[in-house]
Amino acid sequence: MSVGHVETQRVVLATPDDPLVLTSGRSLTEVEVAFETYGEHTGDNAVFVCHALTGDAHAAGHHGDEARRGWWDNIIGPGRPLDTDRFFVVCANLLGGCQGTTGPSSIDPATSEPYAMDFPLLSVSDLVTTHRRLTAHLGIERLHAVVGGSLGGMQALSWALEAPDEVDSAVVVAASSRLSAQNIAFSAVAREAIMRDPDFADGHYYATGRSPQVGLAVARMMAHITYLSEAAMTAKFGRRFQDSDTPRFGFGVDFQVESYLRHQGESFLSRFDALSYLYLSRALDYYDPFYEPDAPAQLHALADAGTRMLVLSFDSDWRFDTSHSLRIVQTLEHAGVPVTFREVASPTGHDSFLLPVPEYHAIVAAFLGARGAS
Amino acid sequence: MRPDLQIVADLVPAGARVLDLGCGNGDLLEHLTAKACRGTGVEIDGTAFLASVTRGVAVLSLDIDTDTDAFADDSYDVVVLSHTLQATRRPRHVMAEIGRIAPRSIVSVPNFAYWRHRSELLLSGRMPVSAELPYPWYQTPNIHLSTLPDTEALVDEVGLRVERRLLLDERHGLLRNQSLASNLRAARAVYVLGRRGSPA
Repeated sequence: MSVGHVETQRVVLATPDDPLVLTSGRSLTEVEVAFETYGEHTGDNAVFVCHALTGDAHAAGHHGDEARRGWWDNIIGPGRPLDTDRFFVVCANLLGGCQGTTGPSSIDPATSEPYAMDFPLLSVSDLVTTHRRLTAHLGIERLHAVVGGSLGGMQALSWALEAPDEVDSAVVVAASSRLSAQNIAFSAVAREAIMRDPDFADGHYYATGRSPQVGLAVARMMAHITYLSEAAMTAKFGRRFQDSDTPRFGFGVDFQVESYLRHQGESFLSRFDALSYLYLSRALDYYDPFYEPDAPAQLHALADAGTRMLVLSFDSDWRFDTSHSLRIVQTLEHAGVPVTFREVASPTGHDSFLLPVPEYHAIVAAFLGARGAS
Repeated sequence: MRPDLQIVADLVPAGARVLDLGCGNGDLLEHLTAKACRGTGVEIDGTAFLASVTRGVAVLSLDIDTDTDAFADDSYDVVVLSHTLQATRRPRHVMAEIGRIAPRSIVSVPNFAYWRHRSELLLSGRMPVSAELPYPWYQTPNIHLSTLPDTEALVDEVGLRVERRLLLDERHGLLRNQSLASNLRAARAVYVLGRRGSPA
């Protein structure tokens, strides 16, 4: 079952008297966060959902049109793995995002203009710090679990490392603790597409009334290729043509896969801001928590806290393949942290973490509801 | 819990860090939490893996034949290898690995020289099928069968030594006569292994 009709809420979590200090040393004197909750908070049953690069606070249910469900509706709801009959589920838009939470397109109180490129660089740790302000605001002292896929999984991992006493368990799906050269290369091309668009205007496009639409659409198209497996694309499109049975022999959109990618790029423009894309993708590139100076102490504290970790990968995911998950698993296991891991068979590539893959959902449900789990 | 697992559980010291290679549904590790043991299971079978997760056991879906290099030297107090060695592709490698990962191992293996197996082979001329080895030869996961002297020769070859040997009957009760002459009457053996040259 789905959670039904839900509304996005907003709360101010940083003020000039209580600024949000970032890992870079800079601080934000005004931070507003958009979030949604599902289920009832009964004390020890809170589950925080962290979204990936382009997600938002609307993880489950609908805002009025039942056909348009939140991005993770298939896993959140009564009887689903994140069972809202049992758990109080919270999801918030990321700091640096563009869907209700403070980001580069927000007004800088110092100038009364949008921050644009004056917005500070963000780390995954800063995203988690903001989430922790929200849980404090909601009266959540401990989380039963923090759950996320891809960039969301990185937040779950960092939350466990930075505040193990706040987290009984963490679910880290299709994630990485350090991007490979190939991963960074894809990010770099996406950012180049945005930054070389003439409408990018050196990052100060909010004042121009225009935006780097071509660059953002191309960035999204390319990124989308990395979210799918070759087998999934073959199954979905093959070499079929979009509007005819025979090739038209030109440079327009002819193959179905071209039409699909163009649609992905175009529809992204209406919901995402190019600067948010730059800031959040850069946070991924620099993410490397096990090589931070305080990592040994953090791992030690995590083992002492007894926080249970679940790490899952998908066999067709080549964006963050299983070797990324195994690096996380091995680091945690060597530190004495209780960790559970499986590579799940799924043909749908990196995007599998968003899809109702039966074995994946069964493992998450079993882990969150396990005997002996508080 | 199966009676032979209870025997294994009794051999694990309280508070030990335990790595259970081929942990199945996780019942041994769940049981050992009552002895304040901190355990990790390894299980590649999807159904058994899920059962372990349901029990709240920390379990890694890794291939015992190829992936044990994920575990550091001496990172556990005890490695358990129960109903597993005969199903590995590389038993010698696996035995060497358990000696590397922990100073002590508990290994539970079926005995191919058990009298029922011998008599079935002798009288019917066909591969034995028993409670201990319940599958026909063409679909058995038990691809590396051994007798007790065979197992002990491998123990020696990988630099380990037998500290204790417990011989079990078909219902996994302890045999009254525990001498190796009972090779004929033991359906299964549970070994406690240490490193050769280390004090017992």
